[in-house]
Amino acid sequence: MIISEQKPKEEILEMLKGKKRVFIVGCAACATKCQTGGEDEVKEMKKVLQKEGKKITGTIVLDTPCDERIMKKDLSFLPALKNSDSLLIMACGVGLQTIGKLIDRPLVPALNPLFAGTTERIGRYYEYCSLCGDCLLDKFEGLCPLTRCAKGLLNGPCGGARDGKCEVNPAPARRSGVNDEIDCVWALIYEKTKEPLKAYYEPRDYKKILMPGRRVVR
Amino acid sequence: MSRFSERLKSKKFIITCEIFPPKGTDLTNLLKKAKALKGIVDGVNVTDSQRAIMRISPLAVCHILKEKGLEPIFQLICRDRNRIALQSDLLGASALGIENILILSGDHPTIGDHPEAKPVYDLDPVQLLKTARVLEKGVDLAGRRLKGTPKFCLGAVANPSFEPLELQVLMMEKKVRAGAEFFQTQPIFALRTFKDFQKKVSKLEAKVIISIFLLKSLKLAQLMDEIGLKIPKEYLKRLEKAEDPLKEGMNIAVDLIKEIKNECDGVHLMALGKEEYIPEILKRANL
Repeated sequence: MIISEQKPKEEILEMLKGKKRVFIVGCAACATKCQTGGEDEVKEMKKVLQKEGKKITGTIVLDTPCDERIMKKDLSFLPALKNSDSLLIMACGVGLQTIGKLIDRPLVPALNPLFAGTTERIGRYYEYCSLCGDCLLDKFEGLCPLTRCAKGLLNGPCGGARDGKCEVNPAPARRSGVNDEIDCVWALIYEKTKEPLKAYYEPRDYKKILMPGRRVVR
Repeated sequence: MSRFSERLKSKKFIITCEIFPPKGTDLTNLLKKAKALKGIVDGVNVTDSQRAIMRISPLAVCHILKEKGLEPIFQLICRDRNRIALQSDLLGASALGIENILILSGDHPTIGDHPEAKPVYDLDPVQLLKTARVLEKGVDLAGRRLKGTPKFCLGAVANPSFEPLELQVLMMEKKVRAGAEFFQTQPIFALRTFKDFQKKVSKLEAKVIISIFLLKSLKLAQLMDEIGLKIPKEYLKRLEKAEDPLKEGMNIAVDLIKEIKNECDGVHLMALGKEEYIPEILKRANL
């Protein structure tokens, strides 16, 4: 799922500067699972903004703000928007932009989307997939070096790991201040098989991976 | 063929060292150090914004060193350039007569002085070695023909302290298959580390040049120990007791070189700004 974190309150207030009537939109999918944009967080955000003198014109937690079809079915909240000068979106950037396709109002992001990750428990997420468009997991015993090696090296490790840990402090841990060293994925792969250390992997085709916005049209 | 390349092909002992390009354009100090090394070493590595700290282009410094009669080894890392820029710099080096290239991934930006920088790593070191060999065939990675064909003497790096060691050895074998003719290692301090490593790499079809690090102060030695380079306690004690730690550091380097020189292809001296002492170290180690 899309892992996200809430932006600091100060940053949200700065973006809402001059806005008086705010409608809050949450997400019942990933942001609820991450506890960054579900029912409880929307309620909490409402309280915070009211305390800062904002009028909250309404709140809603949409099933999947990233799915235009579902969004279209449930636009019951539209009338409330007439009185709103902005929408605070507690969903990822995909959710925000999908909402933006349907609603012509200033949209303010309340979350920082981080990555496609796995959940160990609430607050512990690990990026396992770069959505690279060309899955190589069969070659690396189900462990993705493109994502889980800090340098994305495909042909084996650099010399920087110590005791099986990467020389780079992991980004999520850095953000939360938790000391949680990241494993050298090559040490993990090597434990399972030596084959990827013997085979040669060609440079990746970044046409499939990089900007501008990838699309599937069929 | 470069002088360094000829030396690699001979059975002679190889001596290299490295100098760090400065942050800025003033090369006075660097050239002073380089002058002391002329005729003493077989090659001088010029590092590429090492430790992810931004510095002047190593290609420019290599060119200037070559003009002064030294034999530069251009360190080319994967961190800052995509495959277009890497190939472009390889061709540029060749046009400047710089054939010796050491290829490495490069320290991650987050540990350096521009931690916000975008890491590139478009090619990994194995892919870059192969790329250089492709260019030698007169085509680029896209298969398009080159006007004028480069020639390289290619090297790569290895870490003898890496655990498990077999993983490093597999990497070295892969790098040899990709085109590496020589290796320069991370520094070794413990003889045990050297012997275990040497046993595993003696059959490689590439020259393995072992790095010797000048422990110029106790503080530096402790720092190196902390980041996992395993400095023997005996050395830490010697540095602690010494009236002149730099001199003691030189003694340690001389002792180490004497211990290993008959069992390896060459040594690479890392003097961290004290390059002017390299001639003395080599002389005392009978090299």
